[in-house]
Amino acid sequence: MVDLIWLVPGLPLAGFTVLIFAGRRIGEPGAGWLATGVMGGSFLATLGVFIDMAGRSSHDRRAVVTLFEWIPAGDLSVDIGFLVDPLSLTMCLFITGVGALIHLYSVGYMHGDDGFARFFAYLNLFTFAMLMLVLGDSLLLTFLGWEGVGACSYLLISFWFTEPANATAGKKAFVTNRIGDWGFMVAMFATFFTFGSLNYVDVLDASTAGTVAQGTATLIAVMLLVGAVGKSAQFPLYLWLPDAMAGPTPVSALIHAATMVTSGVYLLTRMNPLIADSAGWVPDMVAWLGVGTALFAATIAMAQTDIKKVLAYSTVSQLGYMFLAVGSGAYVAAVFHMVTHAFFKALLFLGSGSVIHGMDGDQDMRHYGGLRRFMPVTTGTFVVGWLAIAGVPPFSGFWSKDEILAFAWNRSPVLWALGLLTAVLTAFYMTRLIALTFAGESRYAEQRTGEEDAEAATRRADHTPHESPRTMTAPLVVLAALAVVAGFVQLPFSSSTRWLEHWLEPSLYANEVHLGTGGATQVLLAAIAVVGGLVGIGVAVAVYVKGRIAREPFEQPIFADAWRIDRSVAAFMGGPGRRGFEATNRFDGQVVDGAVYGVAGLVRRLAGVLRMFHNGMVRTYATGIGLGAVALLAWFLTRSTL
Amino acid sequence: MEVAVFTIGAAIVLSGGLGVLLARNPVHAALFLVQTLFGVAVLFVLLDATFLAAVQVMVYAGAIVILFLFVIMLLGVDRVDDLGIEPIAGQRPMAAVVGVSLAGLLATVLLVAVDGLTGARGGTPLGDAGDNTRRLGEALFTDMVFAVELTAILLTVAVVGAVALARRLSGPLQPLPVVAIAESDDQPTEADDEPAGATGEAS
Amino acid sequence: MVVTTGWYLALGAALFSMGAVGLLVRRNPLVMFMCIELMLNAVNLTFVSLGAELGDLGGQLSVFFVLVVAAAEVVVGLAVIVAIMRRRSGATVDDLSVLGG
Repeated sequence: MVDLIWLVPGLPLAGFTVLIFAGRRIGEPGAGWLATGVMGGSFLATLGVFIDMAGRSSHDRRAVVTLFEWIPAGDLSVDIGFLVDPLSLTMCLFITGVGALIHLYSVGYMHGDDGFARFFAYLNLFTFAMLMLVLGDSLLLTFLGWEGVGACSYLLISFWFTEPANATAGKKAFVTNRIGDWGFMVAMFATFFTFGSLNYVDVLDASTAGTVAQGTATLIAVMLLVGAVGKSAQFPLYLWLPDAMAGPTPVSALIHAATMVTSGVYLLTRMNPLIADSAGWVPDMVAWLGVGTALFAATIAMAQTDIKKVLAYSTVSQLGYMFLAVGSGAYVAAVFHMVTHAFFKALLFLGSGSVIHGMDGDQDMRHYGGLRRFMPVTTGTFVVGWLAIAGVPPFSGFWSKDEILAFAWNRSPVLWALGLLTAVLTAFYMTRLIALTFAGESRYAEQRTGEEDAEAATRRADHTPHESPRTMTAPLVVLAALAVVAGFVQLPFSSSTRWLEHWLEPSLYANEVHLGTGGATQVLLAAIAVVGGLVGIGVAVAVYVKGRIAREPFEQPIFADAWRIDRSVAAFMGGPGRRGFEATNRFDGQVVDGAVYGVAGLVRRLAGVLRMFHNGMVRTYATGIGLGAVALLAWFLTRSTL
Repeated sequence: MEVAVFTIGAAIVLSGGLGVLLARNPVHAALFLVQTLFGVAVLFVLLDATFLAAVQVMVYAGAIVILFLFVIMLLGVDRVDDLGIEPIAGQRPMAAVVGVSLAGLLATVLLVAVDGLTGARGGTPLGDAGDNTRRLGEALFTDMVFAVELTAILLTVAVVGAVALARRLSGPLQPLPVVAIAESDDQPTEADDEPAGATGEAS
Repeated sequence: MVVTTGWYLALGAALFSMGAVGLLVRRNPLVMFMCIELMLNAVNLTFVSLGAELGDLGGQLSVFFVLVVAAAEVVVGLAVIVAIMRRRSGATVDDLSVLGG
């Protein structure tokens, strides 16, 4: 069954190929069903491989399936091959599973859109690239997938490209990602230079065997971190993610919640031996970066009015948690949170898409309110997602977030405290979102500030929000169920319940940190976290539902403005940055191009000089022969002994 | 006695050579060439190569120079001042360099050689002057008969080729193209649709 | 004073150099050809004198063949000159610069 792993990325690639050529002819909804069916098939294939792998003993759980040799270039030999091990399979499972659900959802969401077939073609292509990223058996294949998902992200964010803002958002995503890609590339060069190979098996085995110098490992690890920061939207390369909400909501759910943004965490987890080999400050840097980003993004989410922006910053924040886990040496916790986050964040995004669909495209939460009456299914599933992300037991978010906080405490109490604060804020802003959207009375028929047309409010009163069709609500239900039970794969009670940890063991090369703290401390930490979450919920309820506390102190303008970072970046790029770029451009044009053209010019001038000798005159040629003969004679004379 | 003959022979040769070099009229140059050839024949006799001396006079002076004169007459004796001007810049100095260095190098070889002649000896022994023709004939028509036949073919081919090259094609003669040195594009190829492509490439 | 081979060789060298210079300096194609003949004769002289020194008939045999080939060469060369030069009286080799670039 493991040999069938090629089906897993192969089916989406086939789907993409068919849709890109014949999609328009297949039309709606055939294209959608085709794409979803392909994803379903891919999921089944993954399931088959998974069952096969699970049946093996722990040592046997790594297989490399090579399709063919791709680049045979001297020392560099890269195959198209797949590394099938617990880590990649885990990722494949939720990529294909959640992906299939989102494809199904999109059939309903994109109904009536002109680019229906194109959308599904891109979604399939994206899935293919993402699967290549996680299944690839070498850094180069991962990079192939990395670039692929970046390109697809650009295509899908700017899907409605006729609106200039959407196109700009796509470009911003691509350019910001590029900075991270540079880090990845440098890491690849360094890896090849050090190990002579880009294959994971070669690199990780050599690294575990301890043959790598600390300095080299540090360089590679830091460069990989740069790449991860770009892809996983950590500070300072997070700027593209909120803007990426310009794309259709299924895109936000799939790419910017469940899959692409987790690539950075995957990369770091995959290369864990190198992180273990690197200097001691590297994991610390990862952890602090993660928790800092998490807190930073949580503060911004508190003051956003666009429902999708709240979820976007929430994603940045949760990714920060995963980085915190990686930095604390808790790779299992990072993957655990990746999985649960995929479920509940996709659920939340799809739910918001359902809300937006019901409100006919309005994304401003100030116009929502009281939607529970009109969209029961959406409300119910959204509540499940809310409880999961807020960390309320026994929902999945609680288990995974707690695991991370326990390891954070193990690393440094300060990290734990910041993580706890972020958890409180998370509970707060998510409750705020629920309250503004579903609870209370509906506000869409109210007069809006700045609205000049006095009749608009009354006109709106006639329109009622409606529940979404079955194709959209069914995935919500499935994801809600998953959000509830997913936590049970890694229960911290005893070794036998830590199923995920045992499963991931072969991929982690024993680099997983062991908790020094005893069981009692863990229970205490968990209890504090739960209390903190409830406090956050309670305060939010008091502010937004009951109205007892004023909302202004929480919705600081600096939070709403995202700490003015976007503006400062724009100012820098437009001002001193631009001069730098233009100077680089000039350098490239004059020095680099100049050297190339200069060589050509030199050859030309030389040719022009030599051309003088070819004047077509017999006597000139005769002179040449004579001089040559004289030179030869002289040379022979000097060489020989007379 | 030998020295005297050599000196006289050498003088004839060198003055003839100078004459070829400096004569303005090509007919005079041809006559000076005859003088040189005759001088060389004298030196051949001095070296006991009597047959060759005779052949030299008969073939070279008697046939080849006649050919030269025929062609000069055919093409017309130029009154153009051949030696007065030199259109190619630096040609005269270059020629001087070549000539002087050539002569100098060769002289150096002669003066510096200490081991003398190192060539293989033996082969066909040289007889005296009287026996020369017989020995030459024997060697040519026994050891070298193949080469002699080849020369016969060579001469035949040369004659055929000459006839083919020099025949007139029908139609009026077209003027010779004059190309300035600096131009790089090709000139019309009237001069080059010569007999049967024997004159070489079309430019 | 005995005439040694060196004298002949020196004479041959001088004649050869003269021919070379003449070839480079003169513009009339026929006179250039005559200078070539000078050079050939210098070589012939060298061959014969060295053959006499070494007591080998091979020198004279070589001259024999040089003579034959020179004759053939003159025939063909003059035919070429005739073919090219008869178009215009007073033509010199300098006018044949069509192959210049």
